[in-house]
Amino acid sequence: MGLTSKALAHKHRTRWLVVIFASLVAAMTLSAIPAAADEVNVDKYDYIFSGNVKYNDEPLEGVTINVSGGGYDEDVATDADGKWKIGVPEKDKYDITLVESTLPEGVIVSEEGNDRVTITNEGATIEAEFGLTNTKAVNFFLGEGVREVTSFFDQFVERVINGLNFGLMLALGSIGLSLIFGTTGIANFAHAEMVTFGAVITLTFGVHLAFPIWIAIPIALLLTGFVGWAQDVVLWKPLRKKGLSVVQLMIVSIGLSLGLRYVYQFFYGGGTYQLPNPGSAKIQLLGPIALSVTDMVSMSVSIVVLVGVAYWLMKTKTGKATRAISDNSALAKASGIDVDRVVRLIWIFGSVLAGLSGILWAYFRPGIKWDMGWQILLLVFAAVVLGGLGTAFGALVGSIIVGLLVEVSTLWVPSDIKYVGALSILIVVLLFKPQGLLGRKERIG
Amino acid sequence: MDWGFILANTAAWLLMPETIAYAIATVGLAVHFGYGGLLNFGQAGFMALGAYGYAISILSFGLPWWVGILVGIGASVIFALILGLPTLRLRADYLAIATIAAAEVVRLLFQSVIFDEYTNSADGLGGYHAGFRAANPFPEGVYGFGPWVYNEQELWVRVFGISLLVVCLVLVWLLMRSPWGRVVKGIREDEDAVRALGKNVFSYKMQVLVLGGVLGTLGGVVLSLPSAVVPAVYLPSLTFFLWTILLLGGAATILGPVVGSLIFWLIMAFLSVFLPSMAENGMLFGISGIQAGVLRYILVGVALMLIVIFRPQGILGNKKELTFNAR
Repeated sequence: MGLTSKALAHKHRTRWLVVIFASLVAAMTLSAIPAAADEVNVDKYDYIFSGNVKYNDEPLEGVTINVSGGGYDEDVATDADGKWKIGVPEKDKYDITLVESTLPEGVIVSEEGNDRVTITNEGATIEAEFGLTNTKAVNFFLGEGVREVTSFFDQFVERVINGLNFGLMLALGSIGLSLIFGTTGIANFAHAEMVTFGAVITLTFGVHLAFPIWIAIPIALLLTGFVGWAQDVVLWKPLRKKGLSVVQLMIVSIGLSLGLRYVYQFFYGGGTYQLPNPGSAKIQLLGPIALSVTDMVSMSVSIVVLVGVAYWLMKTKTGKATRAISDNSALAKASGIDVDRVVRLIWIFGSVLAGLSGILWAYFRPGIKWDMGWQILLLVFAAVVLGGLGTAFGALVGSIIVGLLVEVSTLWVPSDIKYVGALSILIVVLLFKPQGLLGRKERIG
Repeated sequence: MDWGFILANTAAWLLMPETIAYAIATVGLAVHFGYGGLLNFGQAGFMALGAYGYAISILSFGLPWWVGILVGIGASVIFALILGLPTLRLRADYLAIATIAAAEVVRLLFQSVIFDEYTNSADGLGGYHAGFRAANPFPEGVYGFGPWVYNEQELWVRVFGISLLVVCLVLVWLLMRSPWGRVVKGIREDEDAVRALGKNVFSYKMQVLVLGGVLGTLGGVVLSLPSAVVPAVYLPSLTFFLWTILLLGGAATILGPVVGSLIFWLIMAFLSVFLPSMAENGMLFGISGIQAGVLRYILVGVALMLIVIFRPQGILGNKKELTFNAR
């Protein structure tokens, strides 16, 4: 049941997106709605796939077979004799899928009897090709059994937990970005490279130099903090003193981001590398909730660090000074706050948080790649804008929402456009509430 | 080291379709940023719309090639309107983030398997050349001399691209010295002052966004003329390269984008052969040829930083016409 509704929802959404896409590019005609009959397009095309669906020598009626490939996509249903026939436009390879939810209960496509059959959530698929003739028979061997498919609810819970984990990770990356924006006005694109830096340094110490991982990670965080400090000393503070506008500073950060990314590629190459023990087994905790040890450690670390950041911002003197500078830099300076010192601390601190999120993300993805930070930069921006640029707590809220959205949306959309929703939110938020959820109106100026 | 080969390869890039396409797209960026003060970081999205609009019109709908270009232009006008509506009232850096996100949405949709029927997802499109080639006025043969030897098709792509570039340059030149252009430049300098004069600033900004976007689209079409449309080309990095070209040549100049594109591609082409051959001869401290190839992209990033810091008006620019005062 959950299966069909998922498949339907997927199809529905797909067509909906097609409509948008069509209006964007040109007026297009949509492909015909798949008809379900026992003979489809047989007169229209010369090349015919056919088959006979039987279970224990009894024909099965009304079983749906889908044929797709090369832009062609049609459904056919078996007749009272269990027979189906479908015409296709070209003599080429096609995917023939038997939709298992249309089989009687307790019957599935057996994996032993069929060669080259792949089982997906939609059903069992055979890749078929014509031989010398223009017809080809494709038969599925059925057997007794129950297909273990994850129910929609369980999938949903799994996605929500993944989304929460991802959102917490994003939060670590976005708080630094938001605080740097709040205190200096820079939309810092090079923040993504601090995310990557944390991960690649962990790779160097944990794998190449074979340090234990609990030593490699602190070293990586220390070095990330050092790079944050060095960035401010060498680059950002002199540029602030030089009086560059925020737009110039932003483009400088884009240049820095571009340069650093290729520095990583220079040293680490274009491949993906794994930290020790990337994927550990999932442990069933409560009902559908299953987490691996890595997930649990990662989420706990995120939560502890985020609570620490909140305490720091609300209770400590430096934290209060940071918020004062975000509110009004000139006023903060006039009331005796050493703005340069606080800004430098923010650079160090924001970089360490970004590095930590990079390390955790290396376990979540899993893998380390030269442009991994860049891949989530726009999500981080989306989170920060959604929560309100310059507000630390807004960044947290925005990150969780974006993380959940990205992961949960994969229930309905293909995973290759899972970031599209988050990026669209970024634009929609700017339309209706440009100050973000927790920002104040005057910030947009 | 084969200096003859290195220099010939570099010189060939003077007239490459890529050089011409980047120049056209950067003229669009000059309209956006140099004249209009709009921080558009989504030019790659406009280029993708041009390239895909052209290829899909021909492949999926059997339209003539010149209609394909018009479809691309239409798509980017619609895209600019959708994009401008929420973002043009925002501060400059918000516009930058929104445009880069929108361009990524466009790329991800073109790359997605959902529209595989039309876009061939990550593999991209090819084989849409018949119409354009049939319109070739040049008879079969070999043309040119030295490093610039082309067959009739290669020549046709270049002649078409350069003609388009010249038309764009003249158009922008005429527009920017017209009353319309003066209002646009006024908005760049002081939006409130222009608004006080009774002009509809939002409408002018929208026209600027559409015009620059259409030029970006034409750049995308020229980029797709010689071979294929591949989604991985239209990454945000493409936009950043265009920005480097723009700021190198001079943002608020007519010829800046052309000069910038020539310098950018000549240096890139030179380094693409020079650095690896240095590495092979062991003159680069033992780094590999592949690493040497990556070096030039690091240089692009560093160059972008240095230009913005030390010569934000670019090579041809005038310091008085500096457009970074937007806050």
